[in-house]
Amino acid sequence: MGPILEVRDLQVSYYTDAGRATALAGASFSLNAGEKLGLVGESGSGKSTMALAMMRMIKPPGRIEAGQVIVDGVNLRELSEAQMLQARLNKIAYIPQGAMNSLNPVTRIEAQMADAIRAHDKQTTKKEIAARCRQALESVDLKPQVAKMYAHELSGGMKQRVCIAISILLKPKVIICDEPTSALDVVTQRQVMETIDRVKDQIGAAVILIGHDMGLMAQFVDKVAVMYAGRLMEVSTVREMFTDPKHPYAKALINSLPRLDNKGVFQGIPGLAPSLLRLPPGCPFNPRCSQAMDICRAVIPPSVTLEGGRTVACHLYADKV
Amino acid sequence: MSLKRIVGRLVFLVLVIWAASTITFFIPRLSPRNPIRERFAELARIGGFSPQDLEAIVASYNTKFGLDKPLWQQYFDYVSSVARFDLGVSLNKYPKTVIDLIMESLPWTIVLLFVTTILSFVLGNLLGAIAAWPRAPGWLRSLATPFVLLMGVPPVLMGVLLLFFIGFRLKLLPLGSAYSTGMVPDWSSLSFILNVAKHQILPALSLILGSVGGWVLSMRGMGVTIQGEDYVLFAEHKGLSGFVIFKDYYLRNALLPQVTGLALALGTVVTSNIVVESLFGLPGLGRVLSQAIQANDFLVIYGIVLFITIAVATLMVVVELLYPLLDPRIRQE
Repeated sequence: MGPILEVRDLQVSYYTDAGRATALAGASFSLNAGEKLGLVGESGSGKSTMALAMMRMIKPPGRIEAGQVIVDGVNLRELSEAQMLQARLNKIAYIPQGAMNSLNPVTRIEAQMADAIRAHDKQTTKKEIAARCRQALESVDLKPQVAKMYAHELSGGMKQRVCIAISILLKPKVIICDEPTSALDVVTQRQVMETIDRVKDQIGAAVILIGHDMGLMAQFVDKVAVMYAGRLMEVSTVREMFTDPKHPYAKALINSLPRLDNKGVFQGIPGLAPSLLRLPPGCPFNPRCSQAMDICRAVIPPSVTLEGGRTVACHLYADKV
Repeated sequence: MSLKRIVGRLVFLVLVIWAASTITFFIPRLSPRNPIRERFAELARIGGFSPQDLEAIVASYNTKFGLDKPLWQQYFDYVSSVARFDLGVSLNKYPKTVIDLIMESLPWTIVLLFVTTILSFVLGNLLGAIAAWPRAPGWLRSLATPFVLLMGVPPVLMGVLLLFFIGFRLKLLPLGSAYSTGMVPDWSSLSFILNVAKHQILPALSLILGSVGGWVLSMRGMGVTIQGEDYVLFAEHKGLSGFVIFKDYYLRNALLPQVTGLALALGTVVTSNIVVESLFGLPGLGRVLSQAIQANDFLVIYGIVLFITIAVATLMVVVELLYPLLDPRIRQE
């Protein structure tokens, strides 16, 4: 069985007054059913852009320039607008960043679940809709009574779980969670992550988890993708990433994490992330890289696949293929 | 909605009405004018009786209406009669009662006021919401612009322009009055009702054209805020059609503050109606009020102001009681 999600060379640019900013420069990766990918990177590195591009929700002045997003054998980029409306939630679902405000304040939860079902399946009877809502709420550990409630009557964690329940209503093949645990306390964070884990197993979807929290990533994902200036720098398994990162940026990122055995010493990464409008020639990380070579300042490193299937975009590994 | 809250609102309503009627009681009385003397002086001038009888007549009417008593006593008489729903008689059009005057003119005002306010509310909010909706086609979004431009034109000027171009030059619609002269008012005859409707078009237009723009602007402002809300974005991620998002997520939320605005507008339109009714010669509440003010016919002024106060205050309470139905967040307090 092939991968359930394949992203090939996805490119997104924003056309601003100051020029064209390439927010996503040819990202490629694939995920199997049931796999969890953590997408990490600094603010503005293109994590959310990638998620929105996969949903085909990039709005002007942004544009998807090239690439393919293949979910379950269907290339989303070739679908018509109407077909894409159907594919959202059905093939690929997105759990928004601000779950706190992602529910309509003036209608009941059941109405917001029912309209999602009805948008994809007009024939469904009221009874079926109610049953599916109840089932979805149950699978995120919420009581059926929640369906009759309004968003303001729910706690932050409950709202986040309602969003998860909505996103699994049509059993999508891929679920993208955009920082699902920001603004939640650690106990609730863990509960939400466990809920995501469980519904993922129930419907056999692949999960993409976007976030900054490396600790949370270490506990919950199978693979980690590190982004920098709109590029995937390294994609490897979570164990490899934390024990033996290959890309100098990934190394620096892992080294910057606080450790129990090395208290008080933080190693930051010198310099600042570049503006997308004025990227340095060659590898975008070269001005901050301790191992930069001449070629890094001239040629953009291609992504190479190392042993074990991990991919790295760095000239250090170009000859080791 | 608790019973306690409803009772509280109603007590507040009574207090507002009392305060407004007290203020309006004293203000016309600051004027030295006596409407009875003025009326009989006018009659004497055209030769009804000799001027020396005037003082005797005025004095006897003053006694009849209790105007010779001290002001504070008149005030208590007034409050107690209002409490019995007795608004007294018109001093200028005696023996017509104030209630009769209000009831004769009220339907004209209510129909015009209600229809125009609701129409401009619906039209303005719809156009404003569309104007702020990025997915609507450009021609549809620009429909709102002419109304925003017309916003600066006061209803009177609008009325004059409409009268001149449509009524006088093009002769498409009648120039004024409530119905054609020579017609007998008969609300069961269709031709009379159509005739009245035809006479109402220009006054209605002059009120609507200028007020749609205000709704457009406030709705467009709300719309821009709402469309950036996370729940609208999540609705798009759910794969809902644009129409469902527009109706249930965007418009439904943007409309909430507008409903409060509607209640306020229903209150203020009465005053702008005075001018429009005078301009078009409509026998509405506004015209009766302006005539009463000119004659210092204070019992009529009291009656109409009291009536408007009650209407506006009641509308406010109704809106406040209805609001929780529109916005569930207000239900629990």
